[in-house]
Amino acid sequence: MNTMTKMTLKTEGDTHIVVTRHFAAPPEAVYRAHTDPRIIQKWLLGPEGWTMPVCISDAQPGGKFRYEWSHPKQGRFHITGEYVVLEPPSRIVHVERMHLPDPTPENHVETRFDPDGSGTLMTIRMTLPDTQTRAAMLSTGMERGMEASYLRLESML
Amino acid sequence: MIAADLDASFAALADPTRRAILARLASGEATVMELAKPFEMTQPAISQHLKVLEEAGLIVKRIDGTKRPRRLAKAGIDAMDQWLAMLRKALEKNYERLDEVLAAMEPTTKGKKR
Repeated sequence: MNTMTKMTLKTEGDTHIVVTRHFAAPPEAVYRAHTDPRIIQKWLLGPEGWTMPVCISDAQPGGKFRYEWSHPKQGRFHITGEYVVLEPPSRIVHVERMHLPDPTPENHVETRFDPDGSGTLMTIRMTLPDTQTRAAMLSTGMERGMEASYLRLESML
Repeated sequence: MIAADLDASFAALADPTRRAILARLASGEATVMELAKPFEMTQPAISQHLKVLEEAGLIVKRIDGTKRPRRLAKAGIDAMDQWLAMLRKALEKNYERLDEVLAAMEPTTKGKKR
């Protein structure tokens, strides 16, 4: 079953990043898990040790969201964004930027939830302003921001 | 690659400014001045980061008149790939967590029980 749930992460063209992942739940549930703040707060946490003390998500076109992460040693940072298009349960378009604390260039994100057997195939397509921003995001930003996935290299030494 | 080199690479990568420098060099060769620009850091501060990256074998410098442009070394490219692989792993962790959340949301569907 691992091959079924395996995530892919790849760059596309000069400015895109595409992530895919299968879930064993229908699109309605996966869509809800991406828009309901009480659910987002349970899983969008990255590696051990990070918590999300603030999770605001006003899932309507033009609605804002704000995720704040905190770690006892690594500190805090947050993402703000706006929903552009919401087509439950199949599609979300939003814009986001990280605050580190200065805002990063905007990331335009389209997320699709397509039926896949009895589950869902999620496809996230990000569009960054230029190649350099994308490279910087992949190496310095995403691990803290996009999915709060900061990786503590020190622990590997 | 011997273990000591790997440690140096990881130590070099543990700093966000140095990762950003590598990311910048991933899109092509650059001078110290060009590298310093986006960080609002002094050139000596950037030079210090470049020295760490050089000693870790992640970047190399070329002599071009008075300029010393830097570019990614093969090890630097490998390190970026490795970084991406680790990022991938960290993302996967979020989604594994989401799998459990979804299973709890849909207790009647055929999700495997533990």
